Amino acid sequence: MSEFIGDWHALAVLFVAGVIPNQIWRMLGLWFGGGIDEGSELLVWVRAVATAILAGVIAQIVVQPPGALASVPGFLRYGSVAAGFAVFLLARKSIFAGVIAGEIVLLAGKWWLG
Amino acid sequence: MALPPLDSPQWHSPLRAFLWGARSVGSTVLTLVLFATYLGIGALAHDTHFSLGWTLASTAFVWAGPAQIIVISTLGSGATIMQSAIAVTVSAIRLFPMVVSVLPMMRTENTKRRHLILVSHLTAVTLWVECFRFLPQVPRERRIAFIQGLGCGLVCVCLVANTIGFLLAANLSALLAAAILMLTPLAFLFSTARNCRELADVVALVLGLALFPLATMLDSGVDILVSGVVAGTIAYGVHRVRALA
Repeated sequence: MSEFIGDWHALAVLFVAGVIPNQIWRMLGLWFGGGIDEGSELLVWVRAVATAILAGVIAQIVVQPPGALASVPGFLRYGSVAAGFAVFLLARKSIFAGVIAGEIVLLAGKWWLG
Repeated sequence: MALPPLDSPQWHSPLRAFLWGARSVGSTVLTLVLFATYLGIGALAHDTHFSLGWTLASTAFVWAGPAQIIVISTLGSGATIMQSAIAVTVSAIRLFPMVVSVLPMMRTENTKRRHLILVSHLTAVTLWVECFRFLPQVPRERRIAFIQGLGCGLVCVCLVANTIGFLLAANLSALLAAAILMLTPLAFLFSTARNCRELADVVALVLGLALFPLATMLDSGVDILVSGVVAGTIAYGVHRVRALA
């Protein structure tokens, strides 16, 4: 059982560096969004900011890649997104087609580069 | 799979609504993306010497893929807990406006805040995107139960994926690991793009992407927040101008 859980230190780290930083924003959102009117202008702004922050998270993963993705050269990462997006549009906004196309470009490019 | 019509007796019980939500896991391609991503997180956690229990706890209690990847990779690289916590706090800011914009869609006059705690916890990109798609097809008084079902279903899929990924980790090549990490930006981008309904949404998405590299030059530590608020506010301005015209 102890092998399943690991040491308590790692769990404490998870709590401090993982759980609290995420839940704090969700609970703030609950406190704030629990009382906001669905048709309000403020909500339009909040939704736009949410979309833009998410776009920032997307850009961050591609521009400053984590872990193994850092071994893929930049032009290949951008090429993968561009090709995926083109196919996404061509396939009448199919997320599946876009993701598959992007992945194929990434894998094929990395394989070709060796 | 189609949901029952809004006036169907299927919606009379909250439990049924919860089960319809859980079944809807099967009708979104994002489930596949989540499965592969959490397979990767399981493998990454294994290779970074975290335990399986730790990995499952991180999925159940953090429930945000990019944050979990940051925690595992920064701690694995020897960064301090504080550095890791700060990086995660910044990337998690998106959850605040997401929760704020999702809750009013499922609230009724009788809803207490405590009824919304679980859906707030379950809110992450996938659920946020799918709320806009599914909720118009769900009667308002059953929306909380439906989203609880959908969210719990997605968490279960990811816990299974974590376990498989953790056990298979020894066979995960660097190439496959890179491909799995690339799933998140691709799926986030296309699902957000599909959700764009008006010009302001498009502006928010495009400017949000374009301004992030500029914001990193400020090196403020909260680059995502800076580019997000600026891009989102400009997009809101576009919405206002079009509303007035």
